[in-house]
Amino acid sequence: MSTPVVNTVKTPASGTLREGAFGNATHLVCRECSATQSLGAFYACAECFGPLEIGYQFPAVTREQIEAGPKNIWRYQPLLPVPTDIASSPNMEPGFTRLLKADNLGAALGIKNLWVKDDSGNPTHSFKDRVVAVALSAARELEMKVFACPSTGNLANAVAAAGARAGMKTVVFIPHDLERAKVLTTAVYGGTLIAVKGNYDDVNRLASEIAGEEEGWAFVNVNVRPYYAEGSKTLGYEVAEQLGWRLPQQVVIPVASGSQLTKVDKGFAEFVKLGLVEDTPYKIFGAQANGCSPVSAAFKDGQDVVRPVKPDTIAKSLAIGNPADGPYVLDAVRRTGGAIEDVTDDEVRDGIQLLARTEGVFAETAGGVTVAVLKKLVETGKLDPDQETVVFNTGDGLKTLDAIADRVGPAATIDPSYAAFTATGLA
Amino acid sequence: MSVSVRIPTILRTYTNGESQVSAEGETLSEVIENLDASYPGIKGRILDEQGAIRRFVNVYVGNDDVRFIDGVQTQTAEGAQVSVIPAVAGG
Repeated sequence: MSTPVVNTVKTPASGTLREGAFGNATHLVCRECSATQSLGAFYACAECFGPLEIGYQFPAVTREQIEAGPKNIWRYQPLLPVPTDIASSPNMEPGFTRLLKADNLGAALGIKNLWVKDDSGNPTHSFKDRVVAVALSAARELEMKVFACPSTGNLANAVAAAGARAGMKTVVFIPHDLERAKVLTTAVYGGTLIAVKGNYDDVNRLASEIAGEEEGWAFVNVNVRPYYAEGSKTLGYEVAEQLGWRLPQQVVIPVASGSQLTKVDKGFAEFVKLGLVEDTPYKIFGAQANGCSPVSAAFKDGQDVVRPVKPDTIAKSLAIGNPADGPYVLDAVRRTGGAIEDVTDDEVRDGIQLLARTEGVFAETAGGVTVAVLKKLVETGKLDPDQETVVFNTGDGLKTLDAIADRVGPAATIDPSYAAFTATGLA
Repeated sequence: MSVSVRIPTILRTYTNGESQVSAEGETLSEVIENLDASYPGIKGRILDEQGAIRRFVNVYVGNDDVRFIDGVQTQTAEGAQVSVIPAVAGG
């Protein structure tokens, strides 16, 4: 190749990173060809276009150190690309959400030892607060001026809120037909919200083009994606810590871009490598909605390549037809002996109701997908009901009320009298 | 057919920093060949040894991802906008 191949974006604006800007992160490395480059606002390998990952030199980290940290994701600061003073900067303090023992759901599905990692408890009610917090740190350290994203909704909430708290200008791009709740819960934070006439993949493409043209824009899931994605490792860390410093035997995780699933896997692997948990086997299962199941289809067909699809599902937060990390989801699931399944929209609704009815957890459609897939995996014998299992709920049902609006409601509408009440037969 | 090609940041070392260049061709394949004649080496960054679009590259003609149409055989009308974009974004 005669022409030199380099990423040419100059960051930060001042030309130098402050000491320890990215904690123990040392460089970027291509997941495909292992080419390395310096830390900056780069996301695609200059050699092969492959995704860039963060490379670290981890110090020794103990359980006690972590337990002494704040009750949020910054307790894992040494393992993230963030500075040591991150906890004191204005941020949303996400993470350390509850891990619920789900005996009722377990009984309903015939699973002996089941847990729900309920990430709807984050500040803007989805796991996206984790990744956005890490991306915000990167944007600050790289002296970016605009905090932006293309989003299916949850990320829009998280970026708009985190940007507001940090005093950064935000610009959020969403598909024009997004659920009303997700539109309002983004717009309320006061940044710029732009509805794009297209699906998520169209919005994502537009964001990639803008990121290539506009200096100083940090698109959290485009040009600072390597940092952003690392935030999802904390889901894996927390599950292991909350189980008493051990790994679960099975995890069921929703798949949109696939980043979260691969990062939970990475989180488990790092804890093992650092000696924080014992190296015990675990299986990873992926969950998709039937109307957008390119990774599930590739898994079932035995393919290594994920063929993009046009999404058509009520699970809009998982409606990514061209998932960036699809191939790596296939790798992780196959390596661990798990599986990927997909469910219909009606099964998604059933899943939402089942989790709410049995555990008092109201999940958004992505959580419905995960619970419905869990049920299907047990019924088809792909998931062992005798092994300890963690199922992920990544968002709040209040954001996707339409999904169950036709299914639930008052048992009766009555006059305010005792006679009217007894007449219903509900006493 | 003359088309306009949007070049991603990573490949602008081939185009002297230009983000938008012109190329000729009735299909995407011809456009990329023509692009390579003007900017030697750029084809090998977009297509693999078998001539297929690389795994982590998305190519659009107008608003359409060519993987949903005819791949490198996708027709490129006069004045069409071709966009080459890294695929590892989103989510």
